[in-house]
Amino acid sequence: MAGLLGIILQRLLLGIATLFAVSIIIFVAVNALPGDFAQSILGQGATPEAVEAIRNQLGLNESPPTRYFKWLLGAVQGDLGIPMSQALFQSFTGSSTGGDVVTVFDQIIPRLKNTMFLAGVSAAISVPLAVTLGILTALYRNTAFDKAMNVSTLSAISSPEFFLAYILILFLAVLNPVFPSLSNIFPGMEFSDRLNKTMLPALTLTLAVTAQMMRMTRAAIINLLASPYIEMARLKGLSPMRVIVKHALPNALAPIITVVALNLAYLVTGVVVVEVVFVYPGIGQLFVDSVKIRDIPVVQACCLIFAAVYILLNLTADVLSIISNPRLRHPK
Amino acid sequence: MSDLLLKIRGLKIEGRSDETWNPIINGIDVDLKKGEVLGMIGESGAGKSTVGLAAMGYTRDGVRISEGSVEFDGVDLVKASAAVKRALLGKRIAYVAQSAAASFNPAHKLIDQHTEGPVQHGVSSRGESELDGIELYRRLRLPNPEEIGFRYPHQVSGGQLQRAMTAMAMACRPDLIIFDEPTTALDVTTQIEVLASIRDIVEQFDTAAIYITHDLAVVAQMADKIKVLLKGDEVEEADTRTMLTAPTEDYTKSLWAVRSFERPAKPAINVNATPVVSVRNVTAAYGTVDVLHDVSFDIHAGRTVAVVGESGSGKSTAARCITGLLPPRIGHIEFDGQQLPLSYKQRDKSQLRQAQMIYQMADTALNPRKSIGETIGRPVEFYMGLKGREKRKRVEELLAEIELEPTEYFNRLPSELSGGQKQRIGIARALAAEPQFIICDEVTSALDQLVAEGILRLLAKLQDELGLSYMFITHDLATVRSIADEVVVMKDGEVVEQGPKKEMFKPPHHAYTDLLLSSVPEMDPDWLTNLLQERGVDNIGDAAVDKM
Amino acid sequence: MNALVWILGGLLVILAIAWVFRFAAQKATDNKPYFRDMPLSVAFGYVFAAAALLLSIWYFFQPKAVDGVPSAGVIFFRWAVIGLLGFAAAAWVFRTVFRNVGSENSKKLFRSMPLTAAFGVMIIIIYAIVSIFAGLIAPYGQEEILGAANVVAGGDPAIGGNPEYPLGTDQIGRDILSRLIYGAQNTVGIAFVTTCLAFFLGGTLGFLAAVLGGWLDQLLSRMVDALMAIPSLIFSLLLMTIATAWAGSEAWLVTIYMIFIIAVIDSTRVFRLSRAVGQSIVVMDYIEAAKLRGEGMGYLIFREILPNALAPLLAEFGLRFCFVFLTIASLSFLGVGIQPPKADWGTMVRDLSPFINYASFAPNAAVTPLLAAGAIALLTVAVNFVVDWMLHKSSGLKE
Repeated sequence: MAGLLGIILQRLLLGIATLFAVSIIIFVAVNALPGDFAQSILGQGATPEAVEAIRNQLGLNESPPTRYFKWLLGAVQGDLGIPMSQALFQSFTGSSTGGDVVTVFDQIIPRLKNTMFLAGVSAAISVPLAVTLGILTALYRNTAFDKAMNVSTLSAISSPEFFLAYILILFLAVLNPVFPSLSNIFPGMEFSDRLNKTMLPALTLTLAVTAQMMRMTRAAIINLLASPYIEMARLKGLSPMRVIVKHALPNALAPIITVVALNLAYLVTGVVVVEVVFVYPGIGQLFVDSVKIRDIPVVQACCLIFAAVYILLNLTADVLSIISNPRLRHPK
Repeated sequence: MSDLLLKIRGLKIEGRSDETWNPIINGIDVDLKKGEVLGMIGESGAGKSTVGLAAMGYTRDGVRISEGSVEFDGVDLVKASAAVKRALLGKRIAYVAQSAAASFNPAHKLIDQHTEGPVQHGVSSRGESELDGIELYRRLRLPNPEEIGFRYPHQVSGGQLQRAMTAMAMACRPDLIIFDEPTTALDVTTQIEVLASIRDIVEQFDTAAIYITHDLAVVAQMADKIKVLLKGDEVEEADTRTMLTAPTEDYTKSLWAVRSFERPAKPAINVNATPVVSVRNVTAAYGTVDVLHDVSFDIHAGRTVAVVGESGSGKSTAARCITGLLPPRIGHIEFDGQQLPLSYKQRDKSQLRQAQMIYQMADTALNPRKSIGETIGRPVEFYMGLKGREKRKRVEELLAEIELEPTEYFNRLPSELSGGQKQRIGIARALAAEPQFIICDEVTSALDQLVAEGILRLLAKLQDELGLSYMFITHDLATVRSIADEVVVMKDGEVVEQGPKKEMFKPPHHAYTDLLLSSVPEMDPDWLTNLLQERGVDNIGDAAVDKM
Repeated sequence: MNALVWILGGLLVILAIAWVFRFAAQKATDNKPYFRDMPLSVAFGYVFAAAALLLSIWYFFQPKAVDGVPSAGVIFFRWAVIGLLGFAAAAWVFRTVFRNVGSENSKKLFRSMPLTAAFGVMIIIIYAIVSIFAGLIAPYGQEEILGAANVVAGGDPAIGGNPEYPLGTDQIGRDILSRLIYGAQNTVGIAFVTTCLAFFLGGTLGFLAAVLGGWLDQLLSRMVDALMAIPSLIFSLLLMTIATAWAGSEAWLVTIYMIFIIAVIDSTRVFRLSRAVGQSIVVMDYIEAAKLRGEGMGYLIFREILPNALAPLLAEFGLRFCFVFLTIASLSFLGVGIQPPKADWGTMVRDLSPFINYASFAPNAAVTPLLAAGAIALLTVAVNFVVDWMLHKSSGLKE
């Protein structure tokens, strides 16, 4: 077992190293802004005093490495700085220690929770659906059912998320008012109400992710069914059910887990567009809004969080597939 | 005819390619009595595995039985429903696959897979069949029979897995077992043990069997009668002794004759002559692990040195050291008395030209996107500087040399050639450099016997004509016997023994050489029995048992 | 809840019919193996498909309007079905024509082509023509503001259309058809250039890493690992923030920056693939033979490796193009991609999206945002169909 733990530990360290590298990339990218970003935000007409105030507010007078480590250290402790909008406001009013400062952290957390809820709902629908359909298409491959599924999943994968979103709005909100097309959820809402309002964005994500997940599951299962030990199990006269459950499934676990985790990671990207379409108050929308007004601290923080989630999911996939591999679980 | 267990009549099988069904088997009959062993032999593509599976009423994806009947104990498996077939498979008909490593489910322990059949078929309880499994492991002479079943497949060596799979097939005491090339993937010394175990257990339980193989000598040990297949047709069938001594068909005779090819011995080497290639005290490592230890041998002009050993013995590594792909850690290579730079990158064009290589897998040795003319033409242009018509003329000469019609093959792609033809192109590419020395790395082991013999004869002819020296890497002692002048035996990265061929095939030997030599199956049906008696049944292949 | 009960009940009824169907078929065919060994689930599938087909046909022939109020659902359903059948028929005709016209090789190619792939090839050709000749085809300019705003699509004056603008006009009175056509040029053209750039970058580095190995391979691979750890849409949004700051008021510069940003981000995926393909070729014996012959690096890469890597790279090019295309469309949809007033499909979807709320009483008005989004989907679907077929073919040849 020491070998297995060693491998997992190694992957964890690798994940942390990757996250570290990503934080450097993000920081360097942000610092590639022309001049410094106080100047670029305020524009050419700004008074030197205003620029100086912003610089102080954001700590821009320090050297880049110092700023990077301060930022990183803060990020680890949950301090992501204050949004540009706040800094601007404060620099104009002159108070640097206002009473109710809304930090980036305060802005992000409730939205992150909303996004998690949305991703959770879509995962809860899409994972069982995709795995079932994937196994079914693999079992009945090359039939009309399989071919129809192939065409429809390919179409779903190819469509941009906003296309799927508007189609769903058209049919489930406008023509048949089943779900609301605007997801104005807020804290303290009842669960059923919240679920109802999250349904359309969740369904959109489900459509986008299920197709991909299903195809990958199908490929993994077909690959597996072609292996000699499955033929052997059939030649032992076992029932088809037993061949699947006892011989195929334990070995299919690793590839399926990988597929699921990879697609959940994909959800992270998809969530941005979908949240914008449905005006869903999640982190994706915050990110896009901040990008538009160039609120650098928020953009930087959101980017780091997206990357962290992404890395975490990939890491989980990696570790789970290592654990489910009998060769690694039972070393020689 | 009540004692007839399996009766196949007019079996025709088709395979699908490009949406059309093409015949694979064109009408085959099989009769098998209880307790009888039928050996089925043929070259690759003869359809022997397909027939073996069809005898179980099973076809792979994209293959179907189009006509005929497969009657097992009165039940026609072609027409039977899936449920009827399931009740027979595993219980009364069992299967032993070629690759045990791939055919055991990696997720379950051996014993769990062993007991699955008896329990599911209601033959015995889990506890009973577990005890029975341990007993079978013991009879099959597996080490630690009580314990080995509780391991996972990847924790057990190939030869042991193959025996465990035979045990699994035996679990329900079936009436018929299909053995599909069960020893092909194994080394010779391991093969002996598996063969002996399979034969004993089949005899003990009076099980009927179909033994599929391409190796005549193996089938001679196992079978009561032999059926020869060629491209989906039956060539002939007879009992083993008749078949071996008096085959009636030309094809069968030619198969038998392959083994008689042997080159005349050459005069002794002049001890004062400078060898063409001389390997001097070479020690080489992959990473930090030494895989060759102080290896030295010479190859003289116009001679063939066979380097023999089982997989992992370091024979291919030695070749990589000579070519400079793996620079030795200690020692060096001399060519015509001159020391060569260790890495191929430091060698100049003429040094590289003098030593050429022919590979085992002709498929990966030829660039699939290049025509034959381009492949052979490149070294002609690169080394000899020939261009245009001169180049083409030289390539055509070379094609004629390797006995292929020049104009017909010049523009073909490798995918349009057979395995043997591809290997000939590999030879021509080596010849194009006009070298003194060629390394032949297992050049015949991926080929059928008749084709392999053709390649060996061609290599011999070229040596006589051009005075080439060969380093011939092989694991097959029959090949050594037919082509070698000198032999180098390797084991675990060391040279165990070396000398002229006729001395090597005469006792006394080093113990390992002895084991290796005696393990090569011979065409005599009594060979295995005699050998086991000589060695004493209980310690057959001791040297190889714990080889993992 | 009621709906759920109905659905469950329906499924149970279908299951019962399926059992009866199988039983009847077994009796009628005297226990043919096909029906004898048919699992109930397969019978269920057949009956379910038949039921769905019947239901669709029934719905298709429902009246378009009840008491003067349009049944928008029926109308949209008819459009969808007619569109689907129309495309299928066009693809069939297209394939039939090219099975009989053209060179021997192209005829052979079309003979082995499934309908989906033929559809893909047809759409790609149409898009290529439209985007190259956009200026000749489009009735109006892409930035041209015409007299009437908010003209409804369909050209029927009775419901607010105008035959001069067959697909209507947008909120500030630009012809939607013209903008769609110019959108093909802008969106597809930019995506194509970006993909080429990504391939040039990623492909070159990937092959170099595969052939040279060693520290260069390590360095490049680790860099790519880090870059790929940031979700690509997020990363491109971040970089676009910076790019817009650099570009200042020059809108066209934003587009140029976008091309480079997406190309670099996407080249990481190309790098991975070409490195993997390169490595699988480098271990072949024919490469070893060439090395031992003393061949140089250029010969190895261009004469030995590249010809063998072309097929997988071509398939990857299709997939990457789709990906780039969707990324650009998404960026534009989010407002940071191709900048107005250039016509572009992503931006058009966003600008026209409010129309969708009129769907229940004015189906013709609601269709315009879907047209732009559909134009994006159609091309990616087409490319994916072709790639799917290519991959299927190359994997089939290996077996």
